[in-house]
Amino acid sequence: MASNPIGNTLTLTKIRVRLAMRNRTFLFFSLIMPLGFLFFFVTIFSKNDPVWTAYILGAILTMTVMGSFWGLSVQLVMFREAGILRRFRLAPLGAGPMLASSILANYILVIPSVVIEILVTKFVLHMQGWGNLWAIFLLVTIGSATFSSFGLIVASVTNTMQETQVINQVIWTAFLFLSGATVPLARFPHWIQGASLFMPATYLATGLENAATNLATNGEIITDLIALTIGVLVAFEISRQLFRWEPEAKLPGSAKLWVVVAMIPFVAFGTYENVKGDRLTRIRQDFQMMNRTATAVPPSKSH
Amino acid sequence: MAELIIQAEDLYKNYGEVAALRGVSFAVEQGEVFGLLGPNGAGKTTTVEILEGMRTPDRGIARVCGIDPEKSGSRFKEMIGAVLQSTSLPDKIRVKEAIELFAKFYSSRANTDDLLKRFQLEEKRDAFYSQLSGGQKQRLALAMALVNNPQVIFLDEPTAGLDPQVRREIYDIIEELKSEKKTVLLTTHYIEEAERLCDRVAIIDYGRVIKTGTPRELKHTSAGTTRIEVRLARPVSDGILAHLDGVADCREFDGTYVVHSTRAPQTIVALVKQLETDNNELQSLEMFSPSLEDVFIELTGRRLRD
Ligand SMILES: Nc1ncnc2c1ncn2[C@@H]1O[C@H](COP(=O)(O)OP(=O)(O)OP(=O)(O)O)[C@@H](O)[C@H]1O
Ligand SMILES: [Mg+2]
Repeated sequence: MASNPIGNTLTLTKIRVRLAMRNRTFLFFSLIMPLGFLFFFVTIFSKNDPVWTAYILGAILTMTVMGSFWGLSVQLVMFREAGILRRFRLAPLGAGPMLASSILANYILVIPSVVIEILVTKFVLHMQGWGNLWAIFLLVTIGSATFSSFGLIVASVTNTMQETQVINQVIWTAFLFLSGATVPLARFPHWIQGASLFMPATYLATGLENAATNLATNGEIITDLIALTIGVLVAFEISRQLFRWEPEAKLPGSAKLWVVVAMIPFVAFGTYENVKGDRLTRIRQDFQMMNRTATAVPPSKSH
Repeated sequence: MAELIIQAEDLYKNYGEVAALRGVSFAVEQGEVFGLLGPNGAGKTTTVEILEGMRTPDRGIARVCGIDPEKSGSRFKEMIGAVLQSTSLPDKIRVKEAIELFAKFYSSRANTDDLLKRFQLEEKRDAFYSQLSGGQKQRLALAMALVNNPQVIFLDEPTAGLDPQVRREIYDIIEELKSEKKTVLLTTHYIEEAERLCDRVAIIDYGRVIKTGTPRELKHTSAGTTRIEVRLARPVSDGILAHLDGVADCREFDGTYVVHSTRAPQTIVALVKQLETDNNELQSLEMFSPSLEDVFIELTGRRLRD
């Protein structure tokens, strides 16, 4: 008789993946656009250097994975406003499966994009080697979950779709430009580099760039994974606490402070990395090395 | 006495300044189709949604099968089915998918094909929700309310905004539920719906139940009166019509005089004479046998729908 959270999560995941596949805008943003960027960046910036091509793949994968920040999490706000969630509320279904299905469905939808991006970079853009595929897999998995849960937090602390869009846009821009996903982190002034260590997006970006170029040690990638995993857990629990089914259920402005709580793990990691300092040193060194060794293949450190 | 399935005792609910419920009480027995009849804003949805566990009353007691809906777990949700007044589904979900999706959340599941057939949605099984007409959406909502073979069913204005033919189709379905001995709580502001479908009706206005009974009992309140609605070329004061032969009461709504008469023929003759004396003219005259509308007018001085 008791309801079955795991079964319900899977049921919801299945339908939400199907619904997303019927949505052309969604397909455009999750598949076509990143591929466009991939070709664009490789053509303009890679200087025919395979390390740079791999680095750019890392950046594009980061953008693709970070797209989970928008995807199905924001859809929940739309569902709430349209009164769709309240219909689900009548069923023996908790907030947990609703939220978890956003994360899981986002992940399932990210996988094909990631695979296509890797294959295209390998065979069309002639990337050498495969990068650290295991690390890429883990980072994509945890990263997608992290950014889905951040999307869920924004969805639960905002009262209207408009508010969600505005807040998302601001955070997204910061994620995109200050994480190293678009402009290499090493190009920024040192204080921005230091600040970027407080952002979850940075761990994903440096993690994926290192995994793709094969420049990082497993230990460094594990730190990235830990930072992101803690991010998911905290964010998921906060969004479960703040979840609302009803369109007219408004949150007081103070509840938005929960976003700050969600950032605590990253504040901790950011402080730690800033004090320790070697992550930034490494990022700068790798960047210099990549610039120097115009076409040479870098030595692999992870094997 | 049959088992009480739904109990509302002295429910109060405020939304900010708005007092939506000011002491709503009624009880529904096993197998009954019970109607909440009242005008817009009377508090019907608030009442029903408290019983569904979707809203919290400020005061009072709500029980469904002895369970407090507010503290309900999945066991409660497994027992009830509902059509909400304001809700929706994703645009791109197909009819059959929606039914199957919701069925999966329950341990008891009705057969999807049977539901599609019963609600005449077979040709629409693969249509997207956004492609359905209002009537089809409503039939889908009803089908979805039954996916778990519920014992208790809440229908919040199941026929609002539908054309008369579709409305009658939905009446047939509700009558089927009645023959299956399901307990149904239904809200409406259509008189004929309450009269035709409900075993008992609570008339609700401004957040209070003002009268409860079978439609027949309620109509006895205005026993023997016929409602005559007239429109005149020139206005007259209510008083004049109220003093005509046989008239029990007379009220004016937007230029229509609604006269309740115990002796309709005499009243009409007297009315015509009066108009001749006043040099006034009759524009239209309609007569109605007593209905719940008359009960409502007598109790509140207002019409159900304006
Ligand atoms: N979520 C809400 N927030 C504020 N006021 C509300 C809310 N829901 C209902 N009300 C108010 O409470 C009163 C009762 O509303 P309710 O929806 O229960 O009436 P109803 O009888 O179902 O009306 P209708 O026939 O229009 O559906 C109305 O005055 C309405 O404006
Ligand atoms: Mg209502």
